[in-house]
Amino acid sequence: MGVALTRSAQWTAVGHGAKTLEVTPLNEAIVKEIIMFVESFIYKYPQEANYVFVEPLEWKTNLDPSAFGSGYAVSGTTVKSEEVDKNGEPLLYLSVPQIKIRSFGQLSRMLYIAKNMKLKEAQACIEDYEFSNGCRAPPWRQIKGEICYVLVKPHDAETLCVTCSKEGVFLNGGKTDDEGQINYERKGEIYKDLVTLLKEKSAIFSENMSKQEIKFSEQPQKDQPNEAPKEEVAITHKASVTSRKSTQEKNRINLGRSQLTKRLEPSLNWRTSVSSKESRNTLRDTQVEKHGGKLEKSRSSVSPGRAQLIRKSVEKIEEIISDSSSESEEDEEQPDHRQEANADLPSEYWQIQKLVKYLKGGNQTATVIALCSMKDFNLAQETCQLAIRDVGGLEVLINLLETDEVKCKIGSLKILKEISHNPQIRRNIVDLGGLPVMVNILDSPHKSLKCLAAETIANVAKFRRARRVVRRHGGITKLVALLDCGKHSGEPAQSSLYETRDVEVARCGALALWSCSKSYANKEAIRKAGGIPLLARLLKTSHENMLIPVVGTLQECASEENYRAAIKAERIIENLVKNLNSENEQLQEHCAMAIYQCAEDEETRDLVRLHGGLKPLASLLNNTDNKERLAAVTGAIWKCSISKENVTKFREYKAIETLVGLLTDQPEEVLVNVVGALGECCQEHENRVIIRRCGGIQPLVNLLVGINQALLVNVTKAVGACAVEPESMMIIDRLDGVRLLWSLLKNPHPDVKASAAWALCPCIQNAKDAGEMVRSFVGGLELVVNLLKSDNKEVLASVCAVITNIAKDQENLAVITDHGVVPLLSKLANTNNDKLRRHLAETISRCCMWGRNRVAFGEHKAVAPLVRYLKSNDTNVHRATAQALYQLSEDADNCVTMHENGAVKLLLDMVGSPDEELQEAAAGCISNIRRLALAIEKARYS
Amino acid sequence: MNRKKLQKLTDSLTKNCKHFSKFEVKCLINLFYNLVGEVTERQSVIIGLDRNAFRNILHMTFGMTDDMIMDRVFRGFDKDNDGCISVTEWVYGLSVFLRGTLEEKMKYCFEVFDLNGDSFISKEEMFHMLKNSLLKQPSEEDPDEGIKDLVEITLKKMDHDHDGKLSFADYEQAVREETLLLEAFGPCLPDPKSQSEFEAQVFKDPNEFNEV
Repeated sequence: MGVALTRSAQWTAVGHGAKTLEVTPLNEAIVKEIIMFVESFIYKYPQEANYVFVEPLEWKTNLDPSAFGSGYAVSGTTVKSEEVDKNGEPLLYLSVPQIKIRSFGQLSRMLYIAKNMKLKEAQACIEDYEFSNGCRAPPWRQIKGEICYVLVKPHDAETLCVTCSKEGVFLNGGKTDDEGQINYERKGEIYKDLVTLLKEKSAIFSENMSKQEIKFSEQPQKDQPNEAPKEEVAITHKASVTSRKSTQEKNRINLGRSQLTKRLEPSLNWRTSVSSKESRNTLRDTQVEKHGGKLEKSRSSVSPGRAQLIRKSVEKIEEIISDSSSESEEDEEQPDHRQEANADLPSEYWQIQKLVKYLKGGNQTATVIALCSMKDFNLAQETCQLAIRDVGGLEVLINLLETDEVKCKIGSLKILKEISHNPQIRRNIVDLGGLPVMVNILDSPHKSLKCLAAETIANVAKFRRARRVVRRHGGITKLVALLDCGKHSGEPAQSSLYETRDVEVARCGALALWSCSKSYANKEAIRKAGGIPLLARLLKTSHENMLIPVVGTLQECASEENYRAAIKAERIIENLVKNLNSENEQLQEHCAMAIYQCAEDEETRDLVRLHGGLKPLASLLNNTDNKERLAAVTGAIWKCSISKENVTKFREYKAIETLVGLLTDQPEEVLVNVVGALGECCQEHENRVIIRRCGGIQPLVNLLVGINQALLVNVTKAVGACAVEPESMMIIDRLDGVRLLWSLLKNPHPDVKASAAWALCPCIQNAKDAGEMVRSFVGGLELVVNLLKSDNKEVLASVCAVITNIAKDQENLAVITDHGVVPLLSKLANTNNDKLRRHLAETISRCCMWGRNRVAFGEHKAVAPLVRYLKSNDTNVHRATAQALYQLSEDADNCVTMHENGAVKLLLDMVGSPDEELQEAAAGCISNIRRLALAIEKARYS
Repeated sequence: MNRKKLQKLTDSLTKNCKHFSKFEVKCLINLFYNLVGEVTERQSVIIGLDRNAFRNILHMTFGMTDDMIMDRVFRGFDKDNDGCISVTEWVYGLSVFLRGTLEEKMKYCFEVFDLNGDSFISKEEMFHMLKNSLLKQPSEEDPDEGIKDLVEITLKKMDHDHDGKLSFADYEQAVREETLLLEAFGPCLPDPKSQSEFEAQVFKDPNEFNEV
């Protein structure tokens, strides 16, 4: 009901206060529909009619108290129903002119009493309902983009008061004491939708959702033909009845949902009107509504409030879980553009309309002629594509696919194949149920039909919903079966109308799989259908137009671990490497991309080298015009250079110099990879020298001012690696690189922060007059110390490492002590993360060197947890810890704590370690503890 | 017919007909005589399938329904125009009908569509062949308007030399661009399903055949 009201009803332009419905036949129809529904409710659903609403429906009525007869207590200007809830409150309460009703039963009776004023009453009730733009938020909050507010009570947490705004969903300050008011201020992070927020806030919710997700994804997708708004009202009515909890609260939530799903812009000037475009939107909502209805039935175990919340995002969740696309969102569904009814239509429109008429009313001969003639229009042109759709051609074309006439099917697919390049048409084809029909054609004995169907599927399956439909109708298995045709690649083309070569069938199959493989679940389905060995076999051909979709599919799928293992097992790397030498740029790009994906694996990196793939990669670096290919090639080089042997090869091929040349004037996708590769190369002295000699440091430092997170992570890593050379460090210092790195500690992304902090360590180590340099950054020390409040382990470990280096300078150590470094470090001591333990222990031992810090660490209870570090399995942790304990043992109280926590036995074991530093520190610590014990004994007896 | 003569006939037909194997020719000859029935060979009596018998086969076996097209197919088979399809005409005709190359089929179809045999498919001929191809819309003033329009559409698509009629060259070019236009004016070739059924039935396994 809510949906129909928001979408279909025609509201007047917004003034101040309550909105009114325009007087239009449509509105009247909707209101009458509602009245009919409510009036008959008491007879049709007597049980539900007694349910009491959580909050009453309330409006200004024109009814006179005297109209109420038996069943009501009338006194002057007030009316109370004799029917009451369990607290004794009347279910109808009228105090002129305000009326409050709290059950469907009373609503039915009220309408009966209202007689000829029904329409007015119903309208008044609806108009007091919400803002015409669909927002529930008050106007002054709508300006801030807020849509509505929801109260959620999870099983395992306090009631959450949530604001839904166009930026996303967040917790607000909750309900304030005075009735119904909300503290609007944001009190937490912004989440992209309600489900994400709730998953974060409630463990039980998150768990239940993950159980339910499977169920959602199995909900069949029903595509409905266009329906009149009237019928929609009926449908939503049914939904609300089945849900058995018809409260106003719920209606509100429904409204909120439709708003959320559609990400509407709240605006006071937005007025809904019924046009063909709008009615399509309504249609979508109706679908969602139905999904919801079914869902609720299947979730009887969950409390209604939660079920409703979940419903809000059913569609979205379904998208998320079943199709996590590895692709960018270019293929997202676009809004529908219908041609304006009264716009000047091009002549093609009328010609196409005529042809569609012949398609509808012609026999096979006339149909084929009309199809052939339609094919002669410029089907690449949007005007023609949309004209076919707008005159109802898509329905006819899809219907033809279900006939037995092979020629008609061929003709129809030839057209669908062309016009499905248009994103809107793709969506329409899916809406009209075209995909299952095409999937069935994949089984046809006629190869040319199979090819055309597969090619059309390849075009249509460019967006998630379509890919899901293909999978659900068994399309992936059938497409994989097409790949199996490639066996007899040598046969000649046949003359028959319906035949084509087997390789062509396989090619079309691969083309469709390529499109489908952008969804995670499809990747899995391809693998399960045995697609990988078939793709591997097709990869051995030398036809470019076959290789591109095959490698494209593999590259897409290589995002999955399963595939990477299979790619290695099926000896695919060899062929990928071979095709790097192809003449075709697109093929080279996909091969490089696939190598990029797979080369996370060490063995694969070796395989690339052993099959001679590094040289073609290096030489492809020299052609920089094709940026997509360059990004793929540099990506492959980056991942390959994680292996030392590969770096040596790249150096041989002079790739490092070329990479340095690519540090300027390249798009970010390329830069990320180039810098990543250089960062790996920089792990070796020889390469660092090369990078410095060919002027790589300056452009690297220049990149420190960027904003791309991935790029900054790589740049900081590379700059840090360069700073290991004192000579390079001088250049970095001169270019003010250290200050830039330091500023990145303020970056919001933890990865960038940590990477910058790691990079700062060698800078401080190798800078001349490092102490002075560090002091020169105003507020820098305080910033670093405060990062110890982070909750990211990697950030903490890296910041500890930076502090260790800073603290080498006494003056700076004094400053950070003043900033409270000791209590902050002590707070971190209880951790199981060995990386953090190691760096934390190193910092603590370094910080002991100032004032009474030793004592302070003891006071802040850092000593006992440190002792436990000695039980770690990591020798690095042992060494750092022993050194820290040695420093701390200079204080008598700390010695006592260590002794109490069993440090002596642990340290005694360490004394036997082959690591000399560890030996020495452990021994020193024991000797301090022992000396204290002796002193005590001595004191006792003297 | 004696065995020797049959053998000779089979050999000569196989030699001149590149689309059928000797076995297949033998099967087709057998089928022909089965269809014609027991006819004792007499001089000056033509043995063969007459128009009705042949149309019956087209209808029953290949699902053709258009009387005019079936007549034209008969004429296509009946090369000597004697109103009767001989065994030779039968085998040659089926050779194109079932297994013909695109070139052969184009030639055959064009002959079928060229109703008056003047080497052109005229507008009138097209109209004649298409006149039953559209559902009559009772609302339209001129019930033939759709057909006329369809003829114009076809001409626009196929009449490359713009002389208002289709020559074989026009037709050939159009079909080479879009094979679906091979049977542009009505189905005169077997559809793939009935073709494979027919072949499966007639060309039975050779061993099985020998045993019989």
